[in-house]
Amino acid sequence: MAKYLLLKHYRGAPTAVNDVPMDRWAPDEVDAHVAYMNDFADRLTRTGEYVDSQALSPEGLWVRFDGEGRPPVTDGPFAETKDLIAGWMIIDVNSHERAIELAGELSAAPGKDGAAIHEWLELRPFYGVTPPTTG
Amino acid sequence: MNESRLRELVPAVIGILRRRGADFAAAEDAVQEALIAALTAWEREPPRDPQGWLVAVAWRKFLDQVRAEDARHHREERFEHDPAPGSVSAADDSLELFFLCAHPSLTPASAIALTLRAVGGLTTCQIAAAYLVPEATMAQRISRAKRTLAGQRLDRPGDVATVLRVLYLIFNEDYSGDVDLAGEAIRLARQLRSVRAHPEVAGLLALMLLHHARRAARFTARGALVPLDAQDRTRWDPDLIEEGIGILQAALGQDRLGEFQAQAAIAALHADAASTTETDWPQILEWYDELVALTDSPIARLNRVVALGEVAGPRGGLTALTELEETLPRHAAVAAHLHEADGDAALAARRYAAAARTAASTAERDHLLRQAARLNSA
Repeated sequence: MAKYLLLKHYRGAPTAVNDVPMDRWAPDEVDAHVAYMNDFADRLTRTGEYVDSQALSPEGLWVRFDGEGRPPVTDGPFAETKDLIAGWMIIDVNSHERAIELAGELSAAPGKDGAAIHEWLELRPFYGVTPPTTG
Repeated sequence: MNESRLRELVPAVIGILRRRGADFAAAEDAVQEALIAALTAWEREPPRDPQGWLVAVAWRKFLDQVRAEDARHHREERFEHDPAPGSVSAADDSLELFFLCAHPSLTPASAIALTLRAVGGLTTCQIAAAYLVPEATMAQRISRAKRTLAGQRLDRPGDVATVLRVLYLIFNEDYSGDVDLAGEAIRLARQLRSVRAHPEVAGLLALMLLHHARRAARFTARGALVPLDAQDRTRWDPDLIEEGIGILQAALGQDRLGEFQAQAAIAALHADAASTTETDWPQILEWYDELVALTDSPIARLNRVVALGEVAGPRGGLTALTELEETLPRHAAVAAHLHEADGDAALAARRYAAAARTAASTAERDHLLRQAARLNSA
């Protein structure tokens, strides 16, 4: 089993096919989208492939060490130019192919007019423990 | 004996160990170990005197701990005989523990963790699960809190307001582990009320009961948030409401008003109404005026604006809203609600969308997005 991080972005990713902001959907479409995401997590829990998921607020800061004894410098998130992560899901799957398959399914969540959003999700494998080379 | 009955014995047992000479941190550790032992041993053979059993086992664990340390001869001499528990009452012990665990030198997070463990008798593992942190992290937080307390003078009287704040923080946590934190906070508030007759203790208990009564109606089966005006009021718990109102009325009768009593009075007026339109908004507004006078809290002022919008109309609410900082949590959501009531759907939709961006939880965010979507697609 290998762990993968699925990252959903507020912006910065290539444009989705059905790219309509959520507040422009019908209320039923919002509900259908949320239900799809919940069902996806429930289903992966049943297959033993779900690890964790969290949604992140768009509010954020950049923080940097700024020399010994000096406070770190923080500044705005520059939301208009920089990529922001909206949330993540961690899955634990048997193969790279399965990870891609699940990311594809998650990207097919319904949006405006019930059509799939086709949004881009970033898929990042975890570094694992290197297995011993001798038995 | 169920687990929560068992946990109710914890403060008294810690108190007895303290009176026999154990310091707080050591007593708390020993009782925690005895509690974990009890959870398994009692299933096979429940003791006739549960408190006596816990005291005996915890005292033995404490002595083991003392013996393991350096300079043990000296300490062993000190604790050679089991002294009698003494004449101080269990009520004083419980109250002292409440004050200790909510000590102002602790951060709120530490005070919460320590209260749940030392007064509530939860295990570190249960507290960690409730707050979604690893057990080792929670164990460190608790030992750090106990080290902080070790350097404090504990002879001055505790501040009941600090204890109430800690309990209310526990009540308002919405994380879900296998421990129901809201239920736990109510249990602790009941315990506190049994040892401290203070109208604000009753006020907080009433407030929690009245909020808790609405819990089943507050979310859909799928976890979506249901606002007050859309809640199915037949799903509110009438017993909890009746109990809450009774406790509140007795507290108000003592004529020492505090912020929790004022908040409970507002919750009681909501609980009493058949719908949001039949709610006694003028009286709610009066209670918000009391609350603002008592606390000067900007959140109370913001909530007051909602009530004012019902009494004086949305324009009145919007005017009052301009006097408040826009950075307040839920400011945009209140503005959206008032603009919608005022008939400006486009502006309301923009405000709802803006509110969704700064929502405190995903349930709240989804709800606000749905509100924006509702107005945009109308």
